[in-house]
Order: sequence, then structure tokens, then C-alpha cells
Amino acid sequence: MATQHSKSAARFMISPAVLLLLGWMLIPLSLTLYFSFLRYNLLMPGTEEWAGLLNYRFFLTDPAFFDAIWNTLLLVGGVLVITVVGGVLLALLLDQPFWGQGIVRILVIAPFFVMPTVSALVWKNMFMNPVNGLFAFLAKAVGLEPFDFLAHAPLSSIILIVAWGWLPFATLILLTALQSLDSEQLEAAEMDGASWMSRFFYIMLPHLARAITVVILIQTIFLLSVFAEILVTTNGGPGTATTNLTFLVYAQSLLQFDVGAGSAGGVVAIILANIVAIFLMRMIGKNLDA
Amino acid sequence: MARAVTPAHKATVTFFAWAIGLLIFFPILWTILTSFKTEAEAIASPPSFVGFDWTLENYSTVMERSNYFLHFLNSVVISVGSTLIGLLIAIPAAWSMAFVPGKRTKDVLMWMLSTKMLPPVGVLIPIYLIFRDTGLLDTRTGLVIVLTLINLPIIVWMLYTYFKEIPVDILEAARMDGASLRAEIIYVLTPMAVPGIASTLLLNIILAWNEAFWTLNLTAAKAAPLTAFIASYSSPEGLFYAKLSAASTMAIAPILVMGWFSQKQLVRGLTFGAVK
Repeated sequence: MATQHSKSAARFMISPAVLLLLGWMLIPLSLTLYFSFLRYNLLMPGTEEWAGLLNYRFFLTDPAFFDAIWNTLLLVGGVLVITVVGGVLLALLLDQPFWGQGIVRILVIAPFFVMPTVSALVWKNMFMNPVNGLFAFLAKAVGLEPFDFLAHAPLSSIILIVAWGWLPFATLILLTALQSLDSEQLEAAEMDGASWMSRFFYIMLPHLARAITVVILIQTIFLLSVFAEILVTTNGGPGTATTNLTFLVYAQSLLQFDVGAGSAGGVVAIILANIVAIFLMRMIGKNLDA
Repeated sequence: MARAVTPAHKATVTFFAWAIGLLIFFPILWTILTSFKTEAEAIASPPSFVGFDWTLENYSTVMERSNYFLHFLNSVVISVGSTLIGLLIAIPAAWSMAFVPGKRTKDVLMWMLSTKMLPPVGVLIPIYLIFRDTGLLDTRTGLVIVLTLINLPIIVWMLYTYFKEIPVDILEAARMDGASLRAEIIYVLTPMAVPGIASTLLLNIILAWNEAFWTLNLTAAKAAPLTAFIASYSSPEGLFYAKLSAASTMAIAPILVMGWFSQKQLVRGLTFGAVK
């Protein structure tokens, strides 16, 4: 039984974390909301005035906005498809006994620890560069024209770079989930004559469903905010071909100094992220009861 | 009863697992190899794998020319500093939620997590302006503050899931024996909590080290950690492949080693305990 004394002590111990996070959430959030209703340009200090919904109208009718939403969805969707499908296949492979399991696990997990600016630059220069990149060399070796990835397929290239970093995450989590599967259940199914396919679809996949959902939700949270990979490879271009919502807000506010419109974009980004967050929180909350 | 595995099957799996493992790891391997080449060899066609003249020249050039050590130090200060401060704030909070849970503990935990879902770009502008006005732009202090706050929910959650596994009976036994709250924490809880705290520390240093939104937007030169320093290679210096590779290798090597040690904790830390 917790005593009255320990209860107040507990409240005292929890308060710094709560207060800090409360401040971190409320102060910038309300400022963003406030700025989004202002005509506010950093180049013209002192001329801020109430603008009502003007910023939202400007931002939501900007063709770049729809490009950015579309790019954001393609980026998130593309990376999710690659990492989830690839992650399931890899987890199935690595779950079987083979020689050197520990080392292969280390090799596969490694890209997750590479900082985004490094992975983006290494891919951009040493692999995708149409003159000196390794892909250009391979293309020439088999008699093909080198392909300029970041100029002709910029978004797909960025999807590839980002997916390379997140594939290990999906694999590791799905592998962990797979290892908690009761092997006797599988053996029983096998003895009853279930084929590999039906074992996969009726036993493994349902068992993995929860982990897959967690992977999708967590990755979505992070993928909505992909930034560094775009900044160092294409800078959002060519045109707006690789501008996602995060990058658009950054460009609007810190490159064009339009704080008002940038803030309106920030509010839109928060709303988008919250839609995903609600689902994720439900999943995690359920687990907390168990 | 384990299923019998035929040697042929095991050999096949071994082949594919290694092939795919090496393929995924290849960009890192290639970066490390290129860092030991001369610039001419780095762009030579056909590229050579190991049959080049190994040189350490790139490493010394990068260190001399670009103040590499300062950026490395910034990364260390920012990632370790924000993690330690985060732990100081989070340990009491996680402790009390795990051992003295109240009616609203679950709500508090979920709410803390929800702050992590806030997209950074939604608060970029206010933070940028506040930092500009308070002189925190391009300072290590500023980044330590931001990274402490953005990782605090993860730290609280990880510690909470670890603390939850410590048997409460032991704590109650200590209380029965008349141990004060302080004695309870120092002599009973701490020894059992150290492994969990250590994994939390490790994972958060990794996350903070690789954080590349705030570090890119809030620093210019002085306080730039390695993420921002490497970004400065985007053009035109990036065309010096060997030097880019040397700088990259040095930036990722410490974290790769730490990451390999913490791979088991990674799953639970990053899924907030939803997958164990």
C-alpha cells in the first residue's frame, strides 16, 4: 500500500518532467497558432498585423502545398511498403538457423545507426552520381547509359535512401516479434499437413500483425518529418519534386522569412501527425493494460 | 522439441542471409574503404576494392582543415549532456509512476508520449525566434535544451518499462524493515535499476547523436555537431569522395559500436514497450 507520504513524494518527483513537457508543448504550440493568424515577415520587423485566415488561404492555395502533401504521402507510403515487405521477408530469413547469425544481424541493423546527413550524402555522391557513382559504373559495365537518379527520379531516390535507413528498424522489430512465436504451434500445423504458405498466412502473419502495425505507425511519425535527407540531396527540387510538408514549412519560414504562412503550414503538419498519433496511442495504450 | 534442420537447408539460408546482409551493409563498407583511398582512386573506373594504396591522408586532412574536433566535441557534449539531464529528470518520474502508480498514471504516460508525436516543424518557428531573441541560436546549451525535451518522453517510457519489471515485493520488504525512501532508492532500487538505466542512456545518446532536424536548423558553425558538419559537405566539397568518406566514417563509427551493443534494447525503447 502506498502511504500518503509516498504519494505526495511521487507527485513531487514527477512534476519536473510534467512541467517541462507541458511548457515544451504549450508555449511553442500556442505561438505557432498565434503566428499563423498574423501577417509576419522576418524581413519587416514591427509590421506584424492580424491577418485572420489569410495565411491559411495563401498556404492552402499555393500549388507547392499540394505538391508537398502529395510528396509527403508518396515518401511515407513508399518507404513503408519497402520496409514492411522487406522487413517481413528479412525477418523470416534471419529467423531460421544459419551460420554467423550474430554477425549478419549486426550487418543488417547497421544502417539504422548512420546519421541521415551521412547516408544521404554517401548515396548521393558515391552511388547515385551519374559520373562517378558506383551505379553509373555498373550501368556502363553492362552497356547502359548512366542514369541521373536525383535529377530524373528525385523522389524515388530519396525514398530509397530513407528506406535503407529504416529497413533495419522494421526487420529488427519483426524479427523480435517472430521469435516470440510458439514454435510448437508451427510444428503442429506442419504435422497436420499445412503447407509453408498456409503456415505463413494463417499463423505467422496474424502473429506479426501487431508488430507490423507498430512499425507502420512509429515509422509514419518519423517519416512525416523527413528533412535532412532532402536538404542535403535535392534541397526540395528540382522545382518542388522532393519538397515534403516539413521542407515546405522550413523553406517558407527560414528561407523566405514568411513566419505567418510557415506557421499555417506548421499547424497543418501538426494536424496530419495527430491523425496518425491517435491510432498509435491506442495501440500502445492497449498494451499498457496487458 | 526443435525441428531438425538439414545441413543443405542451413547452407542455403546461410548463403542468402550473408548475401543480403552484405548488400545492406555495403554502402557503409564502401564508405569506410573509400576513406582510405586517394581522391583519384576514389573515383577511379573500374573502382578497386582492396587493391589500392591504403592511406590515412584523408583523415589528417579532414581533421586539420575543418576543425573536425570541435564538431565532434559538440556532438559528444550535446548528445551526452541532453541524455544525462534527461535521465536526471526522468528517473524520479519513472520511479514514482512504476512504484507508486495513481489513478492518472496511465494518462500521464500517454500524454507524455503524445508530446513526442508533435512534428518538429510545427514548433520550429517559435523555437527559432525564442532562441534568436535569447541568444541561444548556435549554442550547445540551446541544443542540449531542445534535445533533452524531445527525448524526455522516450527516456521516461523506457525507464518506466524497466522499472515495472523490478519486483515490488522487494521494495515492500525494505519498507517493512524500516528503510527510508532515500535508503530504499540508494540500496535497493538503484542496483536493480542500473541495467535499465544504462540501456536507456545508450539508446538516447544514439538518438541524440543522429538527430538531424534541430541540429541543422539551430546551429551555424560554432555549435554545429557532426550531423550539421557533414551536411556542409553537400556541395561542392562532397565531390571529394575520399574526404567525405573519412569525415563520414569518423562521424558514424562511435555510434555503430554503441548501436551494436544496444540492439536488444532498441526494440523495446523505440516501440515504447509495445513489442518486446
